[in-house]
Amino acid sequence: MAAIEVVDLTMTYGDLRAVDGVSLEVAEGEFVGILGPNGAGKTTTLEIIEGLRRPDSGTARVLGERVWPRNPRLLPRMGVQLQASSFFERLTAREQIHTFAALYAVPTAAADAWLERVGLVDKADSRVEDLSGGQAQRLSIACALVHGPEVVFLDEPTAALDPQARRNLWDLLSGLNDSGRTVVLTTHYMDEAEVLCDRVAIMDAGRILECDSPAALIRDLDAPARITVAPGQITLEDARAIAGVTNANEGAEGVVLTTREPATVVSYLAQHDQLDGVRVQTGTLEDVFLDLTGREYRA
Amino acid sequence: MSAPRVSAFVALSTAILRGFVRDRSSVFFAVIFPLMFLVLFGGIFSDQSQSKVDLIQVGDVSLVDNLPPDARAAFEQTFVVTRSDDLARAIAAVRKGDADVAIEMQGDTLVAHYTQTDQVKAAITQGALQAFVDGTNVALSGRPPKFDLTAERVEDDSLKTIQFVTPGLLGWAVAMSASFGAAATLQGWRQSKLLRRLQLAPVSTRTVVGARVTVTVAIALVQMAIFIGLGAAAFGLTLTGSWWMAVPLLVVGTLCFMALGLLAGALTKTQEAAVNAANFIVLPMAFLSGSFFPLDGAPGWLQAVSEALPLRHLNDGMLDVMVRGEGPSAALIPIAILATFAIVVTLIAARLFSWESS
Repeated sequence: MAAIEVVDLTMTYGDLRAVDGVSLEVAEGEFVGILGPNGAGKTTTLEIIEGLRRPDSGTARVLGERVWPRNPRLLPRMGVQLQASSFFERLTAREQIHTFAALYAVPTAAADAWLERVGLVDKADSRVEDLSGGQAQRLSIACALVHGPEVVFLDEPTAALDPQARRNLWDLLSGLNDSGRTVVLTTHYMDEAEVLCDRVAIMDAGRILECDSPAALIRDLDAPARITVAPGQITLEDARAIAGVTNANEGAEGVVLTTREPATVVSYLAQHDQLDGVRVQTGTLEDVFLDLTGREYRA
Repeated sequence: MSAPRVSAFVALSTAILRGFVRDRSSVFFAVIFPLMFLVLFGGIFSDQSQSKVDLIQVGDVSLVDNLPPDARAAFEQTFVVTRSDDLARAIAAVRKGDADVAIEMQGDTLVAHYTQTDQVKAAITQGALQAFVDGTNVALSGRPPKFDLTAERVEDDSLKTIQFVTPGLLGWAVAMSASFGAAATLQGWRQSKLLRRLQLAPVSTRTVVGARVTVTVAIALVQMAIFIGLGAAAFGLTLTGSWWMAVPLLVVGTLCFMALGLLAGALTKTQEAAVNAANFIVLPMAFLSGSFFPLDGAPGWLQAVSEALPLRHLNDGMLDVMVRGEGPSAALIPIAILATFAIVVTLIAARLFSWESS
């Protein structure tokens, strides 16, 4: 049985089609990311699946249960982290998670264990207002997981964090589905989706354009590889003459070769001792987005 | 109520109470600020009613100088006499406000140069001097006076300013903390999406609302205890028979002002705006409901406006049962009015509420 089944959701605000025919199926234990720029409709889609909003049309089921109207049987099996830091004002980190534990009738020991797992034991007595962005997000995630839910929804858990804090959080997030838990997160970071998710749904203008594993998305894109050779290693003419090279241009970091046979080209460069400073780039999710929408990705 | 719901209720109430106690500005406006007014009205202004009239006697004023001993004593109850020989300077002193009246004799006429700045003192001065002139005239006629006057206060002997100001200020304090608390919670929780988060937790709306109401009512009762305690200990506040009826009155009043706070929260976009809106409703209402001064002298239309305000009924009800010695039933009509207000305003707020803050 699929953990999440979403069929043909639509949601309109005035003239804006925030969600426009979204369908999605997530298997149990899967880690799925909804990736898209701001305003793509990610949060609205997630809020419909969580049961916070009633869609104009379409259905969403989580663990086989209806999500709308508010379904008390489903709520304890679901964990949510909303976009904003939803905390009780002026409580300490420990009081915060203890309060959430009590709402789910979970013993405080479980709450303390989560505080430790997200690395906030040192900050347990700090008020939530005094936590850094990364610490607040980790507490927020701990509060979403304190009752051991089967399905977890995380809405942009790394938004507004600096790169260091984002990577720290990835370590925590990547382990969340280890024990068969289903995880759905939204993000506007390409790298994040690529690192964390089993499957990525690329979303823009209220629609899911493609949904597959990051590797498959990039493979299907069939984008040529770009090989950058350090300046002075090779002339533009010689580069164009290499078998398999379809194009070569002078770039800021050297000569950029475009090829569909990167292995052949790299071995040629090796034979001619021109490998110093070589960089090989295959397609990225950004290329996938560009290919799907015809425009640059701007988070 | 099942076990998890009790623990959820307790946890929510504790969280809300901690949030309140740790918010210095909330505590200040709920408790300290109104208490400052209590000290001001109860401790300082209460003396003013007994303050004497400063009188400058210019030259010889035989009428005053020759008063019989008991009349002289009565005179000094009302006036603090200083002597001067310079009429112009004495009048200048009155004009500047350093004295309230200057008196001189012109033949058989007592001339009083007074200031109208303080109308009460001006009236006292004229009335008292007239009484002494009349009294002296009667004495000189040699006939015993035919009529006599005995003045008796209607209120209990112990009735002082503190008796009047405590219920009104308490009403204002409760109105502030209940409406600010509800407005700030609704807005703050909506902004942080905590409301949404709680919607997805297995707790009923009843439990969440119940916790918030319980904390606010508890705060109101603590406010009441502090007001009565301080009033009684420091300013001689004495409660009358059925003062305990002020408890249900205050509880319903709290609900009513929470509803107004919800309305303020539903109408605004930010937490600051919500609290400002609540203040905008409550502060003028406090003035118009007699929280700071009695409205007995107010014009009729103002009285009519006042009757339409819930705080007026809360104040009147508390005055009746706490200090006027009325029976428990005196609180029933105010309770009914406040309850109606609470229900109607809550329904309006619920209609206007939207989950989106933008």
